[in-house]
Amino acid sequence: MSDFLLQPLHYDFMLRALAASVMVAIVCAVIGTYIVLRGMAFFGDALAHTILPGVAVGYLLSGSDRGALFWWALGTSVLASLGIGAVSKRGGIKEDTAIGIIFAGMFALGIALISTVRSYAVDLTHFLFGDVLGVSNGDLIRTGLFAALILLLVFLFYKELLAISFDSTLAVTLRLPVNALNNLLLVLIAVTVAITMQAVGVALMVAMLITPPATASLLTKRLPVMMGLAAIFGAASAILGLYFSYYTNIASGAAIVLTATAFFIITLLTQKK
Amino acid sequence: MPNLSGKMTKFHSTLLYNEAEHDHGQPILDVRHLTVRYNGIAALDRLTFHLHAGERVAVVGPNGAGKSTLFKAIVGALPVIEGEINIFGSHPSGHVCIGYVPQRNNVDWRFPVSVEDVVMMGRIAKIGLFGWPRALDRQRVQSALETVHLAPLAKRQIAQLSGGQQQRMFIARALAQESELMLMDEPLSGLDAPSQEDLLTLLDELKAQNVTILVATHDLQQAATHFERVMLLNRHIVAFGAPAQVLTNEHLANAYGGGTLQVIGDACCEDEPQP
Repeated sequence: MSDFLLQPLHYDFMLRALAASVMVAIVCAVIGTYIVLRGMAFFGDALAHTILPGVAVGYLLSGSDRGALFWWALGTSVLASLGIGAVSKRGGIKEDTAIGIIFAGMFALGIALISTVRSYAVDLTHFLFGDVLGVSNGDLIRTGLFAALILLLVFLFYKELLAISFDSTLAVTLRLPVNALNNLLLVLIAVTVAITMQAVGVALMVAMLITPPATASLLTKRLPVMMGLAAIFGAASAILGLYFSYYTNIASGAAIVLTATAFFIITLLTQKK
Repeated sequence: MPNLSGKMTKFHSTLLYNEAEHDHGQPILDVRHLTVRYNGIAALDRLTFHLHAGERVAVVGPNGAGKSTLFKAIVGALPVIEGEINIFGSHPSGHVCIGYVPQRNNVDWRFPVSVEDVVMMGRIAKIGLFGWPRALDRQRVQSALETVHLAPLAKRQIAQLSGGQQQRMFIARALAQESELMLMDEPLSGLDAPSQEDLLTLLDELKAQNVTILVATHDLQQAATHFERVMLLNRHIVAFGAPAQVLTNEHLANAYGGGTLQVIGDACCEDEPQP
């Protein structure tokens, strides 16, 4: 048994993968709690897909250098997040329709750009479904720094983010800068998406954002507890999923997401109604 | 990351939680020529009125009369209005003394917060940026909960309250906010008779604390019996004054069209459509 657990840890790439995926799982769980409570799941999914053209441009310009790709992903993600946020405030077209049009169009543009490179299939797969076993020490440090920054901002603005999420009219009467706070949350989601891309890829990312918080929401009626439980479910999914992937040769991103989904289903079924 | 740090600097400088001075020689609420348009159509048309500190005023009118719109304009939740709104002689954006009690069906009752958490939200401006609740804030929350008789239920998740308790929780939040003007959007709608009585008794107690109260209601009888002044609204002010002078057949026919007799005494619980 101990061999079963320890053997994968002899490989540095597994250690880095575990560290990176646990960090992003925790950040996704905390930020995803806001996404679930505010009903922004579709926005999160759309945002993850929308960064593909940015990553593609980075890929065309600098090849598969992970560091460069990260900054392209981050820039696109922040721009797309604030852009979609602005679009969804305008009338005219229904919000989900507008988001759907933008995200499908951008995703197609990303695939089109990447397909101009011969032998693109492997790299495209990494962007879509993640490449957590390819995490370098540099990736790890960057992920750690941004993860810490996101958690720090959530801590500093905890009560303000709570107010705008629960009751925006209250936030107005408290004279909070509601627009700036909404944009802060959009930027936090965007940075989360950028650091999570390498772990599970853009196509599966929404699961990291919403499945652990949704599981936690079945078990508690307090916000801080929900965030903590979601982080535990997310981190456990990352660790179990990677082991699962190691022993069965299943793609790592898919294994992590399937584990998170299993936690959700088990929790749902064991709930007393 | 220039994007984020630029944003943060701007963000910080706007978040000062400054409070405007109260000029007590001025009315607590002074509205002049207020017009609000949705897609070019006036939802509120040139409203002019003022309230004195400690008054209790009911706003009545048919569905779509603009009651919710008026409240949103007063708290500053509408981006564009025409005309002028002043609180104690200055622009509302400087005041955190306006408490808003939302319509119950506009609240996400599954949100993972307790009664105490919601009331503590009223303290956010007083706690200040980067701050956490101190002993004083917890005292204020506790005494607000006691005022509305919810102290034993402080730890409950908000969906586990009855309709009347939910309404009183938001009044406690407005008290914790140290509101001097409370706006209540249909607080009596959908409550059973005993809960309505409890709430009206609570309004009496608030009056004793000199809180000014503006209540939107469908119930003309309650408006007539529990409020010092009544505003009859239908996009414009049809009449505003003592209940006996406002709730006349002539004015009601003006505001509601025909069918007035059916409307009187109908504690309707339908929502005003959100424009």
